[in-house]
Amino acid sequence: MMRLPPFRYLAPKNALEVAGILNGEGPDAMIVAGGTDLYPNMKRRHQMPKTLVSLRHVDDLRGVQMNGGVTIGPNETLRSLERNVDLKTRLPALWTAVQSISTPLLRNMGTIGGNICLDTRCNYYNQNFEWRRAINFCMKCEGDTCWVAPSSSVCWAVNSSDTVPVLIALGATVTLVSVDGARTIPIHELFGTDGIEYLTKRKDEVLTRIDIPDQGEAKSVYRKVRRRGAFDFPVAAVAARLTLQGNTVEDVSLVLNAVGPTPVRCEEAEGVLRGNALTDERIAEAAQAAYRPAKPLDNTDYVSMWRKKMIRVEVKRALEGMRG
Amino acid sequence: MSTTKPAHPPTRTVHRVFYVNGEEHEVAFAPHKTLLEVLREDLGLTGTKHGCELGECGTCTVLVDGEPILSCLMLGLECDGRRIDTIEGMAGESGAHPLQTKFAEFGAAQCGYCTPGFLLTAQAVLEEDPAPSREKLAEELSGNLCRCTGYLKIFEAIEQVAAEKRGEAAGE
Repeated sequence: MMRLPPFRYLAPKNALEVAGILNGEGPDAMIVAGGTDLYPNMKRRHQMPKTLVSLRHVDDLRGVQMNGGVTIGPNETLRSLERNVDLKTRLPALWTAVQSISTPLLRNMGTIGGNICLDTRCNYYNQNFEWRRAINFCMKCEGDTCWVAPSSSVCWAVNSSDTVPVLIALGATVTLVSVDGARTIPIHELFGTDGIEYLTKRKDEVLTRIDIPDQGEAKSVYRKVRRRGAFDFPVAAVAARLTLQGNTVEDVSLVLNAVGPTPVRCEEAEGVLRGNALTDERIAEAAQAAYRPAKPLDNTDYVSMWRKKMIRVEVKRALEGMRG
Repeated sequence: MSTTKPAHPPTRTVHRVFYVNGEEHEVAFAPHKTLLEVLREDLGLTGTKHGCELGECGTCTVLVDGEPILSCLMLGLECDGRRIDTIEGMAGESGAHPLQTKFAEFGAAQCGYCTPGFLLTAQAVLEEDPAPSREKLAEELSGNLCRCTGYLKIFEAIEQVAAEKRGEAAGE
């Protein structure tokens, strides 16, 4: 059996207590909410926190508020968001992303905060200890080499979150709390540049809220490429948000994920669309512009060139789906 | 670089009260054990199967407070005082649960390894929706893998139970 390594277990009652414990315990402590990402990693000895700070009893990080925008407590389970009919109506792209994560059994446990902070994934990393030892480990954990790009000085493990590209496209902000106080940042600033330092969240910070601004007349969509209709993480993902005035694009955001260590904002493709009519030609041009910054490597399911090509296809489908 | 697997030092046990299949159990276990390990090793309830142990197969499914969850990814510690239902508690005093009977009748269990997980997920689905569409059933059961049946017999068995419970013949 693959067992968890031993750890000290703490169960604080609110976010401030969590921040206090993280401050006291130092970098060997990790937060656990649903455990569906962390426990498999601990079983495979990727992550070995000495102390687990459980959010099981932290109720002030739960709940969904809808005023103009939507505020989500990160400790809310994916399943409860999936069952939230108002969320489905107001933020269909986010709902689609949530509902596409793994399986109903996992969504009963996993949280949206966990999906946002999801560890990056790689075929050379998400393996058991013995497998990894046989290849002398990899850069992300205990080794020196990136096996998917051996000459690379950085890790190419993939950001495989479904909710992250959508939240970036919707212009969400996140709030991080430590004993020093709170800071609120646009969610795209939460992500680092490589597969190891994939979050800019400090180890002593806890994610306390996700704020999604009022979407007004904007439409949004999420498209996910994977082998099976359940279980699988995305191997290419597109989130798009579009405001149309007649057939003219007033505002647009296009975000890719699962094609590299960090989500990709397609600024060139957005520039192609903004202020122009949403014609077939413009859509094709934007899809081509979104295809260029996607740089998947062969470290997930499917061949990397096909994943790259699917970005062009899925951007086109996403934009066509929001027309009229 | 470490080349030996990190060792497993002996750990002190914790005592907790579990409510399993309607009965109260006082149980002592190592605090890093999963619910799956506590059920199988400390409570002797081996009807819950261990498969991938990583949340990728669903065979370890049990109900916690009525919701199907992956017992391989839940700490025993976090089940303190919660209601746990395993396959051992599914049959009532009057015999097998209708889902168990129909699974047998329809050949929905072949090697049987995934069956406890399927039965418990199905029970939770029917509790929430007494007349699930085939599409809904497929979605709700998508976290339970079966490598024998091709799923069709499983869906048919569950639909038959639902239909009989509603007092209809199947397929209506």
